[in-house]
Amino acid sequence: MSAEVPEAASAEEQKSEHNLLFWFIEVIYLKLFQEMEDKVTSPEKAEEAKLKARYPHLGQKPGGSDFLRKRLQKGQKYFDSGDYNMAKAKMKNKQLPAAAPDKTEVTGDHIPTPQDLPQRKPSLVTSKLAG
Amino acid sequence: KLRHHSITTVTLLPDIISTVEFNHTGELLATGDKGGRVVIFQREQESKNQIHRRGEYNVYSTFQSHEPEFDYLKSLEIEEKINKIRWLPQQNAAYFLLSTNDKTVKLWKVSERDKRPEGYNLKDEEGRLRDPATITTLRVPVLRPMDLMVEATPRRVFANAHTYHINSISVNSDYETYMSADDLRINLWNFEITNQSFNIVDIKPANMEELTEVITAAEFHPHHCNTFVYSSSKGTIRLCDMRASALCDRHTKFFEEPEDPSNRSFFSEIISSISDVKFSHSGRYIMTRDYLTVKVWDLNMENRPIETYQVHDYLRSKLCSLYENDCIFDKFECVWNGSDSVIMTGSYNNFFRMFDRNTKRDVTLEASRENSKPRAILKPRKVCVGGKRRKDEISVDSLDFSKKILHTAWHPSENIIAVAATNNLYIFQDKVN
Repeated sequence: MSAEVPEAASAEEQKSEHNLLFWFIEVIYLKLFQEMEDKVTSPEKAEEAKLKARYPHLGQKPGGSDFLRKRLQKGQKYFDSGDYNMAKAKMKNKQLPAAAPDKTEVTGDHIPTPQDLPQRKPSLVTSKLAG
Repeated sequence: KLRHHSITTVTLLPDIISTVEFNHTGELLATGDKGGRVVIFQREQESKNQIHRRGEYNVYSTFQSHEPEFDYLKSLEIEEKINKIRWLPQQNAAYFLLSTNDKTVKLWKVSERDKRPEGYNLKDEEGRLRDPATITTLRVPVLRPMDLMVEATPRRVFANAHTYHINSISVNSDYETYMSADDLRINLWNFEITNQSFNIVDIKPANMEELTEVITAAEFHPHHCNTFVYSSSKGTIRLCDMRASALCDRHTKFFEEPEDPSNRSFFSEIISSISDVKFSHSGRYIMTRDYLTVKVWDLNMENRPIETYQVHDYLRSKLCSLYENDCIFDKFECVWNGSDSVIMTGSYNNFFRMFDRNTKRDVTLEASRENSKPRAILKPRKVCVGGKRRKDEISVDSLDFSKKILHTAWHPSENIIAVAATNNLYIFQDKVN
């Protein structure tokens, strides 16, 4: 670049620079307005985007049946020591796969470990105020 | 000159209230709780001496309806929580109600005893058996007055008919039958027969992988004993006629509001799930509650509701966190007043909302001990959505989502409402005299 002191821009050059500046500002305003409008017309969609950002794997299986299945399975599943010991005995003969970390159903075919099972809710304690 | 005032009573119950229901005259109010207990309140009779205490509700009877159980076959714990209570109309001196948990429906008889027999021959006054050799004369036992005792006895137990969790019970207008509904099936019972029930709706798919919707609530028509409705998790309502066929899998009417596909989001189906459905007293309308709205439908128009009321639309921009804390799955109930002119439903922060269908006015009220002086008129509340918050408004971010009002009830003919806020039962009475 030349080391010359830049001349003052001519009036025409200044005008086109101003136009460019205005154009930039207009574009920025338009983008902001668009984003605001999106939020205003559909806060639900904005919330959905937030959720997808936090849980990228959500919704890959049909959402409806996941909730429904969880709803239908309400109630505790208890650790079955019989299953556990039988499967441990089988282990001697062949290698059984350990439970996948996100597996929610515990069946008799793999070794259930206490960590796999959902937290048992605390024992039912009657309220002190119960008559 | 008319004086307008209201009475508020708050009762702290031992456990979280899970259902509230007035009986057909409004004389009794039953609550069920998470611990399987039923507490019944009775309205005080009018008395010349205590005009100012007239009409207050006092505890009448308390009993343990359901106990926790364990299904060993399926390794499932069966909660004792009372899901619903429904009263039978009174036919004699005793009161009858149905109470249900997830699996078993019970018919309870609540009766008064104010006399006791005295003068037995074989027992003494404490009930100990007398030595027959010492009895030389016979006397006739007589009934003597005693302090009023209210007894609750289980008269019928309707068990083992539901694989899934019971969400509704409804007494038929024939007073001989009732229905119980779980996630996938609805059964019809006769009050006298406990070892048999008819399955009238079955939406279980042959392959459970194809499951797309469940039954969320069901109710019989108030006058037509052949008609009932049930709502689904997809926001639809089906009306069925039992005269059409024994198995009512094919509906007679199908109520669904068309959805704008451009508005569809991940949350659409979840928030459209209907948590409660109630016939109006007239039998002409049904009201449904989904997560954000209450809708009134005319039975003669299936393609859309005739009225939609926003309960707490400001939650639409909070759906992400409401999904994360599971609040989006909360099941709110809704109720009609006696004349079907006002509808009421609960919200968060111990707020509840009333909508006047005629004037189109609505109000938000709060059930809290601090704001409920015994004689004060309830002050309307307001949630501020954005921008500047006024002095007595509350902002959306300050709402307490653990304080939810899911269960409310309205007296069948008077302006008396019961509101359950966790462990507290509020009874608000409007009086003009």
